[in-house]
Amino acid sequence: MIPVEFDYVRAGSVDEAVSTLRERGEDAKVLGGGQSLIPILRLRLAYPDVLVDVSRIDEMRGVREDGDRLVIGAATTHDEVLRDPLVRTHCPVIAEVTQTVADPAVRHRGTFGGSIAHADPAGDLPALALALDASMEIAGSGGRRTVSASEFFVDYLQTAIQPAEVLVSVSVPKLGAGWGHRYEKFHRVAHAWALVGVVAAVRRSDGSIDEARIGLVNMGPTPIRARAVEQALTGASSAAAVSDAAGSAAEAASPSSDLHASAEFRSHLARVLTKRAVVAAAGL
Amino acid sequence: MPNVADEVARFPLAKEEAVPRISVIVDGVRHEHDIESRLLLVHYLRDHARKVGTVVGCDTSNCGACTVLLDGQSVKSCSVLAVQADGGEVTTIEGLTADNGSLHPVQQAFHECHALQCGYCTPGMVIAAVDLLANNPDPTEQEIRAGLEGNLCRCTGYQNIVRAVQVAAKASADAAPAQEEVPA
Amino acid sequence: MSTVAEGRVAEVGQARPRREDAHLLTGRTQWTDNITLPGMLHLAILRSPVAHATITKVDVSGARERPGVVAAFSGGELAAEWGSLPMAWTVSEDQKTPPHFPLAADKVRFVGDGLAVVAATSREAAVDALEAIDFDLDQLPAVVDMEAAMAEGSALVHDDIPANRCFTWQESHGDYAAAHERADVVLKRRFINQRLIPSAIEPRSVVVEPTPATNEYTMWSSTQVPHFVQIFISLTAGVPQSSLRVIAPDVGGGFGSKLDVYAEEAIGVVLAKKLGVPVKWTETRSENCQVTIHGRDLIQDVEITAMRDGTVLGLKVDLITNMGAYLQLLTPCIPLLGRYMYPGIYKFEAHDLSCTGVFTNKTPTDAYRGAGRPEATYVIERIMDELANELGMEPLDLRRKNWIERDEFPYTTVAGLEYDSGDYEKATARATELLGYDDLRREQQARRDRNDPVQIGIGVSTYTEMCGLAPSRWLGREGYIAGGWEAATVRVLPLGKVEVVTGTSPHGQGHETTFAQVAADALGVPYDDVVVVHGDTRTAPLGLDTYGSRSLVVGGMAIVKACEKIVEKAQALAAHQLEVDVRDVEFAAGRFSVLGSAEQGKSIQELAFASFVAHDLPAGADPILTADAVMDPDTFSVPHGTHLAHVEVDTETGKVDLKQYVAVDDIGKVVNPLVVDGQIHGGVAQGVSQALFEEAVYDDDGNLTSGTFVDYLLPTSADLPSFTTDRTETPSTTNPLGVKGVGETGTIASTPAIVNAVVDALRPLGVNDVPMPCSPMHVWQAIRAAKGEPR
Repeated sequence: MIPVEFDYVRAGSVDEAVSTLRERGEDAKVLGGGQSLIPILRLRLAYPDVLVDVSRIDEMRGVREDGDRLVIGAATTHDEVLRDPLVRTHCPVIAEVTQTVADPAVRHRGTFGGSIAHADPAGDLPALALALDASMEIAGSGGRRTVSASEFFVDYLQTAIQPAEVLVSVSVPKLGAGWGHRYEKFHRVAHAWALVGVVAAVRRSDGSIDEARIGLVNMGPTPIRARAVEQALTGASSAAAVSDAAGSAAEAASPSSDLHASAEFRSHLARVLTKRAVVAAAGL
Repeated sequence: MPNVADEVARFPLAKEEAVPRISVIVDGVRHEHDIESRLLLVHYLRDHARKVGTVVGCDTSNCGACTVLLDGQSVKSCSVLAVQADGGEVTTIEGLTADNGSLHPVQQAFHECHALQCGYCTPGMVIAAVDLLANNPDPTEQEIRAGLEGNLCRCTGYQNIVRAVQVAAKASADAAPAQEEVPA
Repeated sequence: MSTVAEGRVAEVGQARPRREDAHLLTGRTQWTDNITLPGMLHLAILRSPVAHATITKVDVSGARERPGVVAAFSGGELAAEWGSLPMAWTVSEDQKTPPHFPLAADKVRFVGDGLAVVAATSREAAVDALEAIDFDLDQLPAVVDMEAAMAEGSALVHDDIPANRCFTWQESHGDYAAAHERADVVLKRRFINQRLIPSAIEPRSVVVEPTPATNEYTMWSSTQVPHFVQIFISLTAGVPQSSLRVIAPDVGGGFGSKLDVYAEEAIGVVLAKKLGVPVKWTETRSENCQVTIHGRDLIQDVEITAMRDGTVLGLKVDLITNMGAYLQLLTPCIPLLGRYMYPGIYKFEAHDLSCTGVFTNKTPTDAYRGAGRPEATYVIERIMDELANELGMEPLDLRRKNWIERDEFPYTTVAGLEYDSGDYEKATARATELLGYDDLRREQQARRDRNDPVQIGIGVSTYTEMCGLAPSRWLGREGYIAGGWEAATVRVLPLGKVEVVTGTSPHGQGHETTFAQVAADALGVPYDDVVVVHGDTRTAPLGLDTYGSRSLVVGGMAIVKACEKIVEKAQALAAHQLEVDVRDVEFAAGRFSVLGSAEQGKSIQELAFASFVAHDLPAGADPILTADAVMDPDTFSVPHGTHLAHVEVDTETGKVDLKQYVAVDDIGKVVNPLVVDGQIHGGVAQGVSQALFEEAVYDDDGNLTSGTFVDYLLPTSADLPSFTTDRTETPSTTNPLGVKGVGETGTIASTPAIVNAVVDALRPLGVNDVPMPCSPMHVWQAIRAAKGEPR
C-alpha cells in the first residue's frame, strides 16, 4: 500500500527539528529509521502532514560514556547499538535485547530512540529502558529536559514527549561486572512481536541476589516493571526461591487478549518467563 | 464515457509544488529524480530506476522480498522512503552479477542447491544472504536460520536456502586464498 | 547440429539444477506487476469494510474529480458489463450457486467485497481517490460461525438460500451399522481444520491491454490457470474466447490460490474495453489476505469402530465445510476431492461420509495445496493414533495390523478407489530407521518418568493420496464442467532443437527443466536441445494448467505420447531413406539404425531436417517432425509414504519445538531428485505450518483479525528444522514412466504427523487433542483442560 501525501524535512540539527515541529503543529511526525512509522503510513493508519527526519543529526547518533552511565543517541541504529563496544562492555543486556528486535534488515534502519519513543508495549526496548531506569533527554522549544523511564511511558503508544519535542538520547546506568542478564522473548515465529517478554538484570554477591531489575514486554498498555518480584528476589539464592518470587510477576500487569494469547495466558507466561530469565541471569 | 486522453491532459503534472530531488546510485549508476516525499524506495527502484528485479511482497515489512543493500547494509526497501536514500548507494539483485555475467557466489549456490522455486522471494533472500555472509563468513546452520528470519519463503521450506548459504560460504572461503595469489 | 553419443545417459533421474533459475536469480524477471505499457492506467478497488451490509449509496463522483483519475465506477454502474464469475463444479443436485459479480451492486457479503473501481494515471492517484468515494452501507448481522449459520433464525448470507446451506451429499460404503454393532471399541472425535490463507509470496496482479484495431485483448495474470481464465473471463466479460489471449508470465507461487478466476481479471478486461487503454491492478498483501481465496475451514465429526485386537471395522465422518460468502471456481468440490482418502492405507469394511457446505460472511474458500486430501488424511491419521491410544497399542503396530500389504496391490479400498501400487512396510521401515524410532521412544519414556517439563512426542503419518487430476470421465460424473486431460505439442525443428509445448502452467515447479528431461529421453536428444514453452494461450492454445499434482503425471505423459508419435513418424522416414523395411529399423538413444548394421543410421535430428525439406519422404507422409498429443488419464496417481515427527513440547509455556522430521515418500520413478526434494521440503513446511502456526481468525463481526503477515504467522527459516528425506520406489503401473505426483504429498502427510506428535507428548497429562494450530496458548489450554482447570 501507499502512504498518504506528506512533506518531508530533513533536519540538520536538533534545533532545526524542534523548530520545524513547532511550525507544523500536531500533524508533524518525527521520522527516525522509519521501521515502525513507515508500515503504519503504508497501512494508512496515520495521516501526517510532514515528516521531520532526524536520522542524520550527528548529535543524535552513537554511544558515549558519561561517568557511570552510557548515553545512546536516539538515532543510533539497533545494529550499531548491538555492535557497540561500550554497550557490550558496560551494559551487555542492551545488546542481548537489541539482537532480538525484528530482523537484521530492520535492525539496520530502526533506531534505539525510535523504538523507545514509539513506545509499543510489545516492543523489546521500552521494557528494557524501564528495567534499566533509563533517562530520556528530550529537546523542545524551551530547551532540554530529562525524563525518567518511570515517567516516560504514559499509555499505549504515548510517552512524555510532547508534540514539538524530540527524543535526543537515552542514558542508562552501566551494569557491567557483577551483573547478569537474560532476555526471555516468547513469540510464535521468529519475526513476530513478543507475546510476552521478560528482561532481567540481576546483581549477585555471595551466591544471593542483591538487586534485580525486571521489565515486562506486552503485559499492559505500557511496559511494566515487576517491582514486587524485584523486592521478593532480594536475598534469593536458589531456583526455588526465584520461582516463588516470580509468582507475582503479573501482579502489576494488565495484559490484553488477542488472537495469539489471552490475558490469562500472558500472565501465566510472565510468571514462567520471569522465573527462567532470573534463574539464567543469576546463574542459579 | 470519458475520453482518456482528455482526462489525462487535465492533469499535466500531478503536483506543482516543490518536490524533493534525490540522487541515488543504483547498481553503479547514478540516478537523479524529482519524487514525491511519500515514494517508497522499492517503488522508486521499480518505477523510476526501472529495477523491477526487486519486488513487493507485503505491506508490513515482514516478508523481505524487497530487500536491497543500502550503503552496504540490507534494508527492506518497502520500509525506507526514497528520499531517505538520497545520497546513498543501492545494490539490488540486478547489481550482484558481475559485468561479465557470472553469478555472485550466493546466486551460484542458490542455483546449484535448488534454493528457489517460484523465485519471488529470491531477490530479497539472496541479498539477505549476501549481507549475512558479509558479517559472518562462516555461519552455523542456526546462525543462517536466524540471519534469514526477516525473509519469508513459501516454496522451499528454507532447507535448500540454508544449504545454499553454507555452500556459498564454503565457496567464498575456498576462493579467498586463490584470489590472494592473483597478482594485483 | 547436435549428435547423440552412443551409451547415452538417461536424463530422467538426473539432479539437474533448473534452467528457470537463470533469470529468477538475477532479477531479470517477468512478474505481471513488472509490466508497464504506454498509456497504462492503474486500478484500485474500494472494498467493503464490513462483512454484511446492504449497499445504499456508492457515489464515485468525488473520486472522478481527483488529480490523475481518469474513470471511476461503482459496482452498480458496471452491472450490465459482466455476468457472474464462474463456478465450475456442482457437487449435488441441491447445490445452491448464488450469483457472484466482480463488484457488488446490492449487498456486500464479506470484508473485502468490491464496491467500486478507480482508474488513474498512477498507482498513488488511484489509491488516493478511493478515499473520495462516498458510500453508505446499511449493516446487517454477520454470519460468522458455521454451525450457528445453519441454526434456525440465523441471518442469511444470501436471502434466497435457507439456513445458509449450499449443499449436502452423503455416501455409504459397506454396512456401517453392522460394523458399529460388532465393534468392541467405538471412538468419537471432532477434528477441525482451521481456515488458512495460502499466502503465495507474489500477490496477484493483472494487466490487460486492448488492441482496438482487432478488438482483441491480451491479459497477463499471476495465475496457475491461463486456459481457465481465457475461457471463463471470455464468458464473464463478454469477449470472444478467440479475442482474449491470456499469458501467465513468471508466477510467484500459487498453492491453489491462483487456481481460480477472479473478479479483478474481469474488471481488468471490462475497464480496458471501456477505456481503450491498458490497465493494471496489483494486489496489496492486505488485499491478498482478504480477497484471494482461503483454504480448509471444516469441522469433521469422526467415529471409528474397531475390535479389541486393533482390527478396524468402520469409519464414519460427518463434515461441514465453510464456503465463505460466494462460490469461487471450485469452492464446493474441495471435500469431494478428499472423499476417497478417508480410508487412507487401511482395509476395513464400512465407511459412511456426509458433507454439508455452508455460506458465511467470510472470504470464499477454495483449493489450497492438497485440497480435500489433507483434511481427509488428517482425520484418518489422527483417529488411528487416538484408537491406538485407546487400545494401548503402539501407533505403528495398529497401522501395520490394518494397512494394505505389499502383495495385495492393486487394491480397491472401501471408498472405491483402486490403488495401483505401494509398499507401506518398506517406507515405514526406512522412516523408523532414519528417525531412530526405538531409541527415541526410550528417551520419551525417561522424560515421562522424571516428569520433565519438556516432553517428547513422536507423530506418525502413514499417508497416501490420490492426485494427477484427473480422468475426464470421472470429472464429468462428479459434476465438474470441464475435463482433466492435458495436451502437448512436440516439434523437432529443422536445425535440431526440440520445442515442447505444454498446456500445464508452472509457477515454481520447474517444468522447463523436468519436462525437457522427459522429452530428451523420449527422443534421445541432448537435454540442452529441448526447450519447453508454456503459459500463453496463444503459443500453447490447448491446456488445462497446473494444480492437483497433475503436471508430470498427466502433462508429462502427453509429452511422452507426442514424442512417441514423432519417433514413429521418424522411424518410417528413416526406413525410407535407409531403404530398409521399417521393421528392420531400431531406435535407441536418438538414433535410428538398421538392425544388425548399427553404423548405418540417422539421428532423429538429421531426420527432422530431412522431414522439413521434404525432398524425399515416404509415400503419403506429411513433412515436418511435429506431433500433438492429448493425455486423458485412466485413473489417479497414488503416491504414499511414512512421515515421522519428533517434537519437544514445553509443558510450562506450551511451545512446540519441531526437532526432527523424517519423510520417506514413494512417488514412483523420479525425474529430477533435486526438484522432488524441493517439493517435499516446501510441502512439509506448509503442512507443519498448518499444524503449528497459521490460522485465519475472524472476530464476531466478521472482520479478519489476522489480515497481515504481522498476525497471520508464516514460519521463518528460524522456526523450522532441516527435514530428513528419503524415498522408496514402487513404480506406478498407470503410466509409462512409472511416476506419481509429488506436489502435495508433503502438505498432506505432515499436518497429522505434527499434531500426533504434540498429542503424543502430552498423553501423560491426559491430553487427547490440541486444536490446530498447536500454538502455545492452545497447548497450554489443552493441558489446563485435561487437569480440569479453566481454559
